[in-house]
Amino acid sequence: MLRQMDGSDAVAEAVGLCRPEVIASYPITPQTHIVEALGSRVKQGKLGTCQFLNVESEFGAISTCIGSSAAGARTYTATSSQGMLFMMEGVYNASGLGLPIVMTVGNRAIGAPINIWNDWGDSMSARDAGWIQLFAETNQEAIDVHIQGFKLAEELSVPVMVCMDGFILTHAYARVDIPDQEQVDEFLPPFQPRQSLDPAAPISMGAMVGPEAFTEVRFLAHHKQIEALDLIPQQSAEFETIFGRDSGGLVKSHECEDQETVVVTMGSVIGTMKDVLAGMRDDGHSIGALTIRSYRPFPSAVLREKLKNAKRVIVFEKSFALGMGGILAMNLRMALQDLPVKVHSVIGGLGGRPITRDNLRRMFEKGMRDDLEEPHLHDINMDVVNRELDREKAERRSGSIAENILQDVGVVAAAKSI
Amino acid sequence: MVQIPETKQKVKFYQTGTFTVGNRLLDSEDRSVQATIDRSNSLDSGHRACQGCGEALGARFAIDAVMRATNNQMIAANATGCLEVFTTPYPETAWSIPWVHSLFGNAAAVGSGIAAAMKAKGREDVRVIAQGGDGGTTDIGFGCLSGMFDRNDDVLYLCYNNQGYMNTGVQRSSATPGAARTSTTMPVGPEPGNPFTVGKNVPLIAMGHQIPYVATASVSDLHDLEHKVTKAMSFRGARYLEIFVPCPLGWGSKTCDTIKLARMAVETGMYPLFEAEHGEITGATKIRRRQPVDTYLKMQRRFAHVFKKGNEHQLETLQSMADRNIRKFGLMDAEGAEI
Repeated sequence: MLRQMDGSDAVAEAVGLCRPEVIASYPITPQTHIVEALGSRVKQGKLGTCQFLNVESEFGAISTCIGSSAAGARTYTATSSQGMLFMMEGVYNASGLGLPIVMTVGNRAIGAPINIWNDWGDSMSARDAGWIQLFAETNQEAIDVHIQGFKLAEELSVPVMVCMDGFILTHAYARVDIPDQEQVDEFLPPFQPRQSLDPAAPISMGAMVGPEAFTEVRFLAHHKQIEALDLIPQQSAEFETIFGRDSGGLVKSHECEDQETVVVTMGSVIGTMKDVLAGMRDDGHSIGALTIRSYRPFPSAVLREKLKNAKRVIVFEKSFALGMGGILAMNLRMALQDLPVKVHSVIGGLGGRPITRDNLRRMFEKGMRDDLEEPHLHDINMDVVNRELDREKAERRSGSIAENILQDVGVVAAAKSI
Repeated sequence: MVQIPETKQKVKFYQTGTFTVGNRLLDSEDRSVQATIDRSNSLDSGHRACQGCGEALGARFAIDAVMRATNNQMIAANATGCLEVFTTPYPETAWSIPWVHSLFGNAAAVGSGIAAAMKAKGREDVRVIAQGGDGGTTDIGFGCLSGMFDRNDDVLYLCYNNQGYMNTGVQRSSATPGAARTSTTMPVGPEPGNPFTVGKNVPLIAMGHQIPYVATASVSDLHDLEHKVTKAMSFRGARYLEIFVPCPLGWGSKTCDTIKLARMAVETGMYPLFEAEHGEITGATKIRRRQPVDTYLKMQRRFAHVFKKGNEHQLETLQSMADRNIRKFGLMDAEGAEI
């Protein structure tokens, strides 16, 4: 059914259709209103016997999810930003225990300085935690990937994170097609755990494992991710048969074939990029884009195949490994390591910095001339940076960098306006 | 022919007429769960607890009593700690119950999740316990514990209080008593041992949440422990039972003195036994033969410095703490003798 709604409400609809049994979440930190919508549905009795727990912290949320999933219940939670970091010990624990929890991450920045806006700092901090991480490009895809996420998680006994850009998707109204319950039931069978806590068949879960087996256990957790590389496209194809839509999968080509330059990115920014790139192709440039939808597992082989004929790749990401550079760029370079493809690393959109068609086009044009420093901080104001560096050289007690920069930006802007 | 050596000891039939915990000759309603032949042996033999471990004893009696009360329909969540370590390293387990260990600080929340799953599945006959040591309860697990109380989730939380982090080398927790030596509160300087800070009295904090049932118990009185577990299981909602479990390793006490120490803690007033329902105290165990705290402290090397010259004030403070407990919880009858 076609509806006009915001991303969070759309995800709440989708999760509800997946017949969750337990939903536990901390309501803020920041959270999205996905859980508010789900809590309301549970209270109205629309989700059967599903239990909704409004818990005391994000650590409590993931821990409650660990308990309910270990007891064999289909379990969902959502988080964002600082809250995701606060639950981190449980994030690793859930995957280590093989619990197929599905969690939405409304991607937002990590402080300090405190910042509530969009980038991928939160979910990137859990990239090696053993969760599958799927990135949605649109609200429609967010709906579809949640439905696929439960099936994938339960098939593999691995938790799944559905990452969607905070505000840009979670708070944006768009037309979406909400599936029918019958379609979802056809696609997603009831949860059959590989093991669960059951008085009729008592087991001990989560006991200690020493050096004699830890390597093998970790390898098998990696192997599950590798299995997902086959399963994700299979389930995406199955989804298309039932729902009539191409959604999910490992990667998505946006006219990247046979282009000299290919932009590689994830998430919603492709919406703006598609317009820019179409314009550039109209002007005779050989440029297209490829989005990665499954960040973990990282689809190295598919990327090699798709990018082997490109002359250069511009990786655009909203994540920054301080002291190193672009995280997605590092991963992509690893995947393409022996191919003659130049990889440029561009980091942008941090803490919600607007990414516009104009500044994208300027950056792409520089990239096509191989004229981007490493890493390239998109839309950075180096004058402001250099003035702060000068202040630090001049004075020991130079104060808060964040405050100084904002004062500088304010003073300079005021001076300009006179 | 084998000579049976003569003994001066008269043969006594201990079980006749006594309230011994294993007595099978008592009336059936007075018999303990452990005295029954069909006890569940939830925590079975073969585990790696130290000799004289109070926690192993407390856990076995408490959980078997839960099993009895629930007709064996129960699931346990366990915090990281001694109990988790000595019962399980894969591929072995001493548990004959469905049992999960997740993290150090989240046993109460894991318990909440299991209880929610059972409710969602219409299996509310399956009851949930969460358990941990005092560190996993009063310190790192405190947020999740308070949350579980606040939501009144149907979980019985069992805290085995041995007054410190014993599994990892005897460090201080917020349940460590004043003056006690631990590896982070060494008996050096002008105020040796643990400072006399307020610490945390989690049973009283639990009462502050007005949950249906809160109680303290000691492994010195296993009938009372079983009774309190059984009573706890007659309520729905969040319940908290703290069990006093001496630790010979951490306390520097003789392994044969575990029960004696557990009793002395009660009889001195250092560890009051009481019950509370919905935030109101409903009963406290009277002290039968009041003991001065020094007799209790002398049995533990962690308090050895208290008896050194110049540290008399520490002993006085500990005695005044016991006196305050006795007044506060009414542990002596009006005619209770002064020591």
